[in-house]
Amino acid sequence: MAQPLWRCGVFMLALLPLLFWFYQAQQGLLGPDPGKVLLEHLGEGALILMLLTLSLTPLQRITLWSGWSLIRRQLGLWCFCYASLHLMSYLAFLLNFDFSRLNHELWERPYILLGFGAWLILLLLSLTSNAFSRRKLGKNWKLLHRLLYLGLVLALLHLLLILRSDFGSWMLYAGVGLILILNRLFGLRSP
Amino acid sequence: MLIHITPRSACRSSEITTETAYLSRRHFMAGTGLLLAGAAFPSLATETASRYEGVTPAPVPAWLAPKLAKTQWRTTEVSGEAITPFRDASQYNNFYEFGPEKRDPATHAHQLPTEPWSLIIDGEVAKPGRYALEDLFSPFTLQERIYRMRCVEAWSMVIPWLGFPLAELLKRVEPTSSAHYVGFETLNDPEHMPGIRSRFALINWPYVEGLRLDEAMHPLTLLAVGMYGRVLPNQNGAPLRLVVPWKYGFKSIKSIVRISLLSTQPRTTWQSMAPQEYGFYANVNPDVSHPRWSQAQERRLPNGVFSSNVRPTLVFNGYADEVASLYKGMDLKKDY
Repeated sequence: MAQPLWRCGVFMLALLPLLFWFYQAQQGLLGPDPGKVLLEHLGEGALILMLLTLSLTPLQRITLWSGWSLIRRQLGLWCFCYASLHLMSYLAFLLNFDFSRLNHELWERPYILLGFGAWLILLLLSLTSNAFSRRKLGKNWKLLHRLLYLGLVLALLHLLLILRSDFGSWMLYAGVGLILILNRLFGLRSP
Repeated sequence: MLIHITPRSACRSSEITTETAYLSRRHFMAGTGLLLAGAAFPSLATETASRYEGVTPAPVPAWLAPKLAKTQWRTTEVSGEAITPFRDASQYNNFYEFGPEKRDPATHAHQLPTEPWSLIIDGEVAKPGRYALEDLFSPFTLQERIYRMRCVEAWSMVIPWLGFPLAELLKRVEPTSSAHYVGFETLNDPEHMPGIRSRFALINWPYVEGLRLDEAMHPLTLLAVGMYGRVLPNQNGAPLRLVVPWKYGFKSIKSIVRISLLSTQPRTTWQSMAPQEYGFYANVNPDVSHPRWSQAQERRLPNGVFSSNVRPTLVFNGYADEVASLYKGMDLKKDY
């Protein structure tokens, strides 16, 4: 497959859910509390994108197709985009832009702090995702970007702490995350 | 018994503007039209189908039909507040027996057979037994109560319930002198309740709730059989549910099959799952945070992406004048 086409297709696929949710919110299809639904969709989307981003290297090793790594940076940035919109929704829909409450909420509620930590990692990785930073950081770049695994753990804990009764989808995400982490620690290394 | 609202628990007129702000023009006009029609043609007032806009009609159970005709409408009001549209009140529900998502109850609850239904009353009562719903309620007159409903998740609605004061029922079965608490139990029917079948649900079914006897006997405490002038939709707790308007919504247990008069305080479902988050009393209190979020404000539903409709939460959900005396001398930060 031609590289630009593949990248462009992935771009469209990642953008599509955002457009769809925006359309649903516009049409009043998200129910009586649309902000809360958007918030949850965006958070779940960010988590899925995080898992996908971390799956690309193992996928490349299994399928021996180099196309996977071509979209790694893009998916990572999409993950940051979803996570940022998730954070924005929290500020807008739950805190009603009352920033005096943010500080309090941050320290009172461990899951808020965990989520914020995950977002800070994504911010740092996004800022250093360009070719310049990569050159500048040299070997350290790879180490730095392994922080995404920590981001994943924080994000999973963040979700776990807010769940109330049904853990079905959390188990799925955590299961995939665990496989990725175990693979990173004990799996096949690149030659 | 007719309950007349005290002026302070009714919503202040200053709240009118904020409430109507989110209403679409169409909705507003339709509501005004209905009011005008009601004033011009008093006979419309008993016409349940037209009382509220956008209500899905439902067949009325035989035992309820004669009661519906004699209903005392609007025995409590929340003046100046818009009633939540029926669609939202019936499609955005917490009823974990039908699944963990807000839409699950509306999707799955229609499978539940609610007729015939019987209620077990046991424990510290002179007249325990298994009662058929129609026999149990035959002496009572239906009342409509318009109550604010505040969910522990920091959202709220305004809902017109149809029901009877729980006190009337309790008096009928004659609690003994050692009855100090009332326990309630929801139907546990895995066949018709997919949430109970889920392997990942943490709740220990059946769902149980409880009240102190004086709370249960309070005139605001309602056993509801209907809402919006019709029978309860299954997802809202048909055929019989509790409504305790000054407590978080999870206290208002749905689809009740057992009421037990008890001498000691029962352990309730959420309290046993997370005692630091859900107390036995669960009175609406803006000063006591849920550990995972503040309870100082609430989102009045429906809201929109560009109209968050956030408002301050009131002590006892605005019913302090009526119920604060029940908790005299108690530390509500400790007994949350």
